[in-house]
Amino acid sequence: MKMWEILKRELKSYFFSPLAYVLLGFYLLISGYFFSTFVLSTHYAVLSPILSSMVTVFMFISPILTMRLISEDMKTGTDQLLLTSPVTVTDIVIGKFFSTVFVYLVALVITFLYPIYLKLYSSPDMGSIIAGYIGVFLIGVTFISIGLFASSLTENQMIAGVIGFALILMFWLISWLGDVFTGKAKAIFQNLSFFDRLNNFLNGLVNLSDVVFFISVIIFFIFLTIRVVDKRRWS
Amino acid sequence: MMIELKNVTKVYGTRKAVDNISFSVDKGEIVGFLGPNGAGKTTTMKMITGYMPPTSGTIKIAGYDIVEQPIEAKKHIGYLPEVPPLYLDMTVEAYLHFVGGIKGVPPKKRREDVERIIHEVGLTDVRKRLIKNLSKGYKQRVGLAQAIIGDPDVLVLDEPTVGLDPKQIKEIRDIIKELGKKHTIILSTHILPEVSMVCDRVIIINKGKIVAIDKTENLSAALQNSRRYFIKVEGPYEEVVNSLKKIEGVTNIEAEVDSDNTIKLTVESSADKDVRKDMFFAFAKKGFPILELKMLNYSLEEVFLELTTEEESYDENVGNTKEGA
Ligand SMILES: Nc1ncnc2c1ncn2[C@@H]1O[C@H](COP(=O)(O)OP(=O)(O)O)[C@@H](O)[C@H]1O
Ligand SMILES: [Mg+2]
Repeated sequence: MKMWEILKRELKSYFFSPLAYVLLGFYLLISGYFFSTFVLSTHYAVLSPILSSMVTVFMFISPILTMRLISEDMKTGTDQLLLTSPVTVTDIVIGKFFSTVFVYLVALVITFLYPIYLKLYSSPDMGSIIAGYIGVFLIGVTFISIGLFASSLTENQMIAGVIGFALILMFWLISWLGDVFTGKAKAIFQNLSFFDRLNNFLNGLVNLSDVVFFISVIIFFIFLTIRVVDKRRWS
Repeated sequence: MMIELKNVTKVYGTRKAVDNISFSVDKGEIVGFLGPNGAGKTTTMKMITGYMPPTSGTIKIAGYDIVEQPIEAKKHIGYLPEVPPLYLDMTVEAYLHFVGGIKGVPPKKRREDVERIIHEVGLTDVRKRLIKNLSKGYKQRVGLAQAIIGDPDVLVLDEPTVGLDPKQIKEIRDIIKELGKKHTIILSTHILPEVSMVCDRVIIINKGKIVAIDKTENLSAALQNSRRYFIKVEGPYEEVVNSLKKIEGVTNIEAEVDSDNTIKLTVESSADKDVRKDMFFAFAKKGFPILELKMLNYSLEEVFLELTTEEESYDENVGNTKEGA
């Protein structure tokens, strides 16, 4: 209930500021560009390259969407209102988290135009498109949870954005490291790699282990964020 | 008992910001929390409101421990921090509705509450405006408004008039006095007159320690232990001073020749003895006319200055010994 109040306020704050529209516009512009050039030039009724590029764009956008979530409250002192109200830190953090998830969902729903378009003019494999979307959604929400965590570390939004981006980049690098190593190390790095798992979804495979992996990482970062907010008060 | 602190200490790193303080505030009181900058007022209020836990000691709000039962305790608290916690990108109305929401006020009552409080605090003209476009005085009113949403029993107001112009200060004080009829209030300030104007009782804090707690009207008398009088007499210096010395209860005399034949004196007596009549009869017997006579009550301001200068001179001594060694 209280979480819902936090969520509503964050959503208003997104949609009353031009930033959300600019980022959303940018996201749709880039993905639309990829869609039109790819589909028109290859005439393949396949969406995965576009979905993949959407993830890349969201890697850059998500830290900007999440950077102010918690840092701004610390900076302006509104955390004093939140933390002295009869609300738990969990309510606050989860409310903020879902507000960004909602914005992301709006962006994704708009891109449903692409598969609908494909469906109108050809017969794409809807199963793998749906699998792809599940992957794109899960990895995007994972980015959001990482950005949220970064936002709890500092009251400076810009620094929070940079940290968030750096963390996401690190998970990208982990998949490269998988290629460098062999044997057991390779297996560990590949297990941690977001992008190998994303590729499974994009290839039309929904593995329970991949779903569980992303959800675990999401919960892990939300939990860390709650701890950080809570701990700071005890320092 | 609405607020109860027992042996509360807060340490930042190695620095004790609040040092073993205990006090309580009864239902319906307006208590002033008075102390110079850096005394530990804000830190204490952050602990009372559950923003941060004390390093040691316990705090109870309406009987609920703020650390053990934070949600229950916080239901009874409205808090106006030093800088009002405003979302600048919201309108006054939307912001107050949001606060009502996180305070757990049910939607229907929330609308009524926001309506009523907007009028009480004088925000009717700006209710649809974005908070970032408001003047400092109005922002402070919005800060007060958010503190009273949900009718909390306890209001914690941290320097509610700081940085406002005199007209705004008066308005905010009037609102606080009005709120005092329904709420228990603790307000911090480093402005002395504010305490005597608004508060029933005062807690003086300095360097993290409580130095005095008393009814506002008792405070000066209780702390000074003596009465002082100003008197202007016409007569020869020696004789005037001598006749005063003979009066029982007079503890100190400072005399100064004013002009030609008049003497200005500051006389001190013990707190339990009023020597005005004795002085009158003593001078009447000698035939020295009294031109002026009045009680000098220590203003709270003087008391306060005394308290802080005492602490400071103590510090200087410590510094000096170190240098000497
Ligand atoms: N977050 C903090 N970290 C370290 N020291 C602090 C912090 N906040 C306050 N202090 C110190 O604690 C003391 C009390 O501060 P404060 O409670 O703000 O006093 P007041 O509100 O009476 O001016 C000051 O010496 C201040 O420097
Ligand atoms: Mg202060």
